[in-house]
Amino acid sequence: MDNQNKLAFNDGWQYAPAPESTDHIVVDEQYELFIDGDFVAPKEGRYFETINPATEETLSSVALATSDDVDLAVKAARKAYKGPWSKMKASERGKYIYRIARIMQERAREFAAIESLDGGKPIRESRDIDIPLAAAHFFYYAGWADKLQYAFPGRKPQSLGVAGQIIPWNFPLLMASWKIAPALACGNTVVLKPAETTPLTAMKLAEVIRDAGLPEGVVNIVTGAGDTGAALVNHPDIDKIAFTGSTGVGRIIQRAIAGTNKKYTLELGGKAANVIFADAAIDQAVEGIVNGIFFNQGHVCCAGSRLIVQESVADEVVGKLKERMETLIVGDPMDKNTDIGAINSAAQLETIESYLKLGREEGATMHQSGCEVPGKGYWCRPTIFTGVSQSNRIVQEEIFGPVLAIQTFRTLEEGLTKANNTPYGLSGGVWTDKGAKIFKMTQKIRAGVIWANTFNKFDPTSPFGGYKESGVGREGGLHGLGAYLRLEAQS
Amino acid sequence: MTSSAARVPVAKTYKIYIDGKFPRTESGRYFPLTDSSDNVIANMCRGSRKDFRNAVVAARKAFPGWASASAYLRGQILYRIAEMLEGRQDQFVAELVSQGSGKRAATREVLASIDRLIYYAGWSDKYQQIFSAVNPVSSSHFNFSVLEPTGVVSVIAPDDSGLLGLVSNIAPAIVGGNTCVVLASEQMPLCAVSFAEVLHVSDLPGGVVNILTGFRDELTGQFAAHMDVNAIIVTDANVCKEVQVSAADNIKRVIARADTQWQSDSAQNPYLIQDTQEVKTTWHPIGA
Repeated sequence: MDNQNKLAFNDGWQYAPAPESTDHIVVDEQYELFIDGDFVAPKEGRYFETINPATEETLSSVALATSDDVDLAVKAARKAYKGPWSKMKASERGKYIYRIARIMQERAREFAAIESLDGGKPIRESRDIDIPLAAAHFFYYAGWADKLQYAFPGRKPQSLGVAGQIIPWNFPLLMASWKIAPALACGNTVVLKPAETTPLTAMKLAEVIRDAGLPEGVVNIVTGAGDTGAALVNHPDIDKIAFTGSTGVGRIIQRAIAGTNKKYTLELGGKAANVIFADAAIDQAVEGIVNGIFFNQGHVCCAGSRLIVQESVADEVVGKLKERMETLIVGDPMDKNTDIGAINSAAQLETIESYLKLGREEGATMHQSGCEVPGKGYWCRPTIFTGVSQSNRIVQEEIFGPVLAIQTFRTLEEGLTKANNTPYGLSGGVWTDKGAKIFKMTQKIRAGVIWANTFNKFDPTSPFGGYKESGVGREGGLHGLGAYLRLEAQS
Repeated sequence: MTSSAARVPVAKTYKIYIDGKFPRTESGRYFPLTDSSDNVIANMCRGSRKDFRNAVVAARKAFPGWASASAYLRGQILYRIAEMLEGRQDQFVAELVSQGSGKRAATREVLASIDRLIYYAGWSDKYQQIFSAVNPVSSSHFNFSVLEPTGVVSVIAPDDSGLLGLVSNIAPAIVGGNTCVVLASEQMPLCAVSFAEVLHVSDLPGGVVNILTGFRDELTGQFAAHMDVNAIIVTDANVCKEVQVSAADNIKRVIARADTQWQSDSAQNPYLIQDTQEVKTTWHPIGA
């Protein structure tokens, strides 16, 4: 390639730092549990620290909920369900949810900054994607509250009761809104458990819910780790479990609630194939690959973590991808120039690094961008593996980091077979300029969300969820309502 | 020649149905089915784990073709199944009666089964229009959600309804493009085998429906645990928990239909088709 025409990002000129200001945000030294409309101390008085993964500094101390606290939260939710919430006119219920959306929009910049501090994601992503989408979810589902009967022909939709919701650390506020908004719109009350590494925006959301004047106990938020989640899943007075996280934990939950009447939705892992045909717009496809795997440090269940590229353009695509990787800025999440922020936790970094080692041991060739990373904090350079085979663990297993496995194919059938050859089926990508080929591929890839000539797009109106071992049920859109309703026959 | 000598009736050998063929169980085992006076009606195949695994292989092989068959064709074939059943009413009534049903109840069950097939035949090219959506996303993309079949479905057919319970669970699964492996009623297995013969002459591709007879205690766990089965329909409340636990191995969808009144109109609706469907959402940019 002609070096003179190449954009050289890494020498000469540097980007001046463009840090997001944090002087307008308030992070308390300690956060309590949000139960029955109040911030209350945990019964056993234990707290855990949440840190900034980019600096390893402690941000705040957060209450550790035990099963007694979870029990209080479920009782509060049950009382609120029996009391005001299920008796309220649906249109009024909707207005409360609209209020939440509005207050979130007003406080969006504060939410974005805290999300990036606590989770390590680039401020550009939390500002432009996480927070606006979270508010949009509340706005979308608010409007459904008094229109549910139109969504299910021939049925009478009924609320379920108390929903227990457990969310991951990759999109903390967005996942909270995916869970809470439809639950409330359908007339349920909620006990939510945020992830232990990213509890702060959930506690800020608790403030929003209080400020929005929702009846006490309609939303309760209990912080903690796996034990807190287990207490919620196993609580006998829960009517529905909604979980987003790993397939391993999803299995445990499905087993735990066996024999109960608890409804459940599971949004689990993925290993999405991004299939690039020779007739694709290659430069756009390269952007799609980058967005597919490096968005949010690859901490995305629907990440395009497998690139399956047609052989005739493989060298060109991989060459352009490597060049593009050199331009990616890894570093301070609070800097608006940053493309890839901090890995969410030391534990996750360890997992990713174990896969990097494994990939090399399996015989694959590893390439990482040459960027520098800060000394403190948890970081992983954008990484690709070539020379992988279908049975390699880095091809079959979810890594949940900025790590791409690259395979090639000759015929459409071969590409399709490789795309479908994992136990997962959450998402997939197709890049080609041929319309008929798009429809063939998007029909035949066994996954719940397919992006054609784009990747990693989300919208409140668009259902999301997996085939096979990627989960059960859908969240978002009209189809997301069914998860929070019982459909009675019309008499 | 003695004109009054009774003709010796020819008894039917009841076999299992795998991949469009009627083998005996590979295990060589059987169990006798008796009528109320303890006379042996038939020696049923006591299906094995290996039979089940063979059936899953057949169902998986048949899945891509059946899933991509046109809705119109699937409707035609379901209608054809109903036609074939209509012509063999007497046989099914006789089988139900021999297994303890009253004549009137048996007739009602057979007629309801035929009508249920007609009902679902009619849904084949309509449920998609009821349940799919074009989603008004706020970015510049065309975005739509459609239903696609879940895949291979295990069906533990109701034990107390030899034909109608069987048909009521098979029809909504296959009209939506799934393939299935069915465990017949253990008490009343005769109609399941005869229904397989009806399917066989109805242009239904081999492997789309596979039917085993055997012991529920022995086979339910296998039906729930197999890693290449995507969903399981369970009609017996007593085994729901066990099924759910095993199903978690590969995140199978578990569809519980215990306590259903199969004769009732509420036992047929398009939401039962939706039970074994996945929602797929596709995005494409709008632009030059």
